[in-house]
Amino acid sequence: MAFYMIGERINGMFKDIGEAVAKFDPKPIQEWAIKQAEAGAAYIDINVGPTASDRVKAMRWMCEVVTEVTDVPIALDSTNYDAIEAGLEVCKPGALINSCPAERPKIERVFPMAKKYGAKIIALTMDKSGIPKSADMRVGFAMELVAAADEFGLSPDDLFIDPLILPCNVAQDHAPEVLEALRQIKMLSDPAPHTTLGLSNVSQGTPFRPLINRTYCVMAMTCGLDSAIMDVTDNDLVDAIATADMLLNNAIYCDSYAKVFRNR
Amino acid sequence: MPVEILKEKFTGTVQEVVLGATKEEGGTRAYTVKLGGSSTLPFLQFEGAIPNRPVIAYEIWDIKPEWHESFEEYYGDVWNDPVAWAKKAEELGAEVIYLELKGADPELENSRTADDCAKIVKGILENTGAPLIVQGPGHPDKDNEVLQAVAEAAAGENIAIGVAEKDNYRSIAAAAMMGKHCIIARSPVDINILKQLNIMITEMGVAPDKIINDPMSSGLGYGIEYSYSIMERARWGALIGDKMMAFPVVCLAGPEAWRAKESYAPLEDAGPGWGEQKPRGIMWEAMTAAALLQAGGDLVLMRHPEAAKLLKKHIDDLMKPNTY
Repeated sequence: MAFYMIGERINGMFKDIGEAVAKFDPKPIQEWAIKQAEAGAAYIDINVGPTASDRVKAMRWMCEVVTEVTDVPIALDSTNYDAIEAGLEVCKPGALINSCPAERPKIERVFPMAKKYGAKIIALTMDKSGIPKSADMRVGFAMELVAAADEFGLSPDDLFIDPLILPCNVAQDHAPEVLEALRQIKMLSDPAPHTTLGLSNVSQGTPFRPLINRTYCVMAMTCGLDSAIMDVTDNDLVDAIATADMLLNNAIYCDSYAKVFRNR
Repeated sequence: MPVEILKEKFTGTVQEVVLGATKEEGGTRAYTVKLGGSSTLPFLQFEGAIPNRPVIAYEIWDIKPEWHESFEEYYGDVWNDPVAWAKKAEELGAEVIYLELKGADPELENSRTADDCAKIVKGILENTGAPLIVQGPGHPDKDNEVLQAVAEAAAGENIAIGVAEKDNYRSIAAAAMMGKHCIIARSPVDINILKQLNIMITEMGVAPDKIINDPMSSGLGYGIEYSYSIMERARWGALIGDKMMAFPVVCLAGPEAWRAKESYAPLEDAGPGWGEQKPRGIMWEAMTAAALLQAGGDLVLMRHPEAAKLLKKHIDDLMKPNTY
């Protein structure tokens, strides 16, 4: 089982990307696409951010400029499903829709769209009432999402289930619940769904972000985490993931294992 | 209600390697063979593609070998002449000829020079049509010298040369690249080192479609389980996307089988129920090879022509598509 790193950097929340989106300047976006692809990203996340006046137009344009410079598939990150669909129209099959919660109207919009475009889905273990605290509630939502995949003709491993980690300085008690949820999600079906986390969330607002990110990522990998939306240019984090992946016996050891991990 | 067969979904494919070059491709071989290319475990045709059948190579030496007397009737008249031996091997069914340059061992009296070896290789190429593999004497400095001469002599023929090992791969890889040949990379039953060796050879600039791996086989009864499990693990790695474990694999079944006393012991020294040496030796080699095929062997080196024939029939049977 491989570990899929999803590069988080092309997000309008970052100043350079936000400005690029506002001015339709492809340069910073393409630079980050190449940099993340070279760092070993399996997907490049694209989020138009808050500055875009027309999110549908911006998403389509961003997908186009990224596709020009790399073959790495795109994770289309938006709550506006028309924007995602506009992006899917210009992406190759194998893109990732980020994201869909366990809410019926949204499932009915997103899952058939994934089927139509040959895309996979990051599915969130939450509904309208927000993020649950307990592992059991998270797994309950995951179960609904896996059942929905079956209903709409998708395979369980077309889903990347995100059990949603919160910042440790805000909701520390969520961290072990997410680990337990990951263990159980991996037992829901055969093939099992993929799992993912917005990893950088866990360290939000703390002065020790890289350390907390990579420690939690390794902990989560031992519970069944097989992808993360993350800073793929954080070398220490990628080294830690490559090492954990090898120690979990997912990759055959060799002296250059960390380099091989990035070059897959 | 029909039973749905559970199928493993793999993301990786074993690298396809072509051995030999025909006239159109710049060589003089009568045909080429393709190794590897599978996208599933051996012979599970219902699960993935197996575009190429395992290939059988016949072992020949450049000097008279000290083999069991049962080989005399096949090769006794030719084993003083490697070119004649190569022709005989081809007549007896060799798909590939695997020449071991044992006579170039510097510890032998009248050890063959690199030039001698190049002449033998040229002679074989002029007199046979099968793709060729050439293995050096297994002495680092001499290997480098001999294989460079062989690679030059065989330019354009897309032979495979070997064996490259962790501590001696640079010159052999360079010789292979210069002559546009394939290279056999070997590590002694250690896939961690084999993977690292593949990385180092690739970093030198050898193309992935020019690399063959020799994970070193053990004979039946002498640790074949260990070989089996590491070959299986390497193949599994290839199928889940590890490109540095995805090279086709050569298994030296013949030489290993004939090191076991079960293959050569005469009836008077045989264990209970072993039976006559002649069929026993052939079966021992064929069974060793059959096990290594199941572990993922793409090219099998055979010594006894009768064992090779049995193996060929076995491969015919295994390659019949199974549909569920």
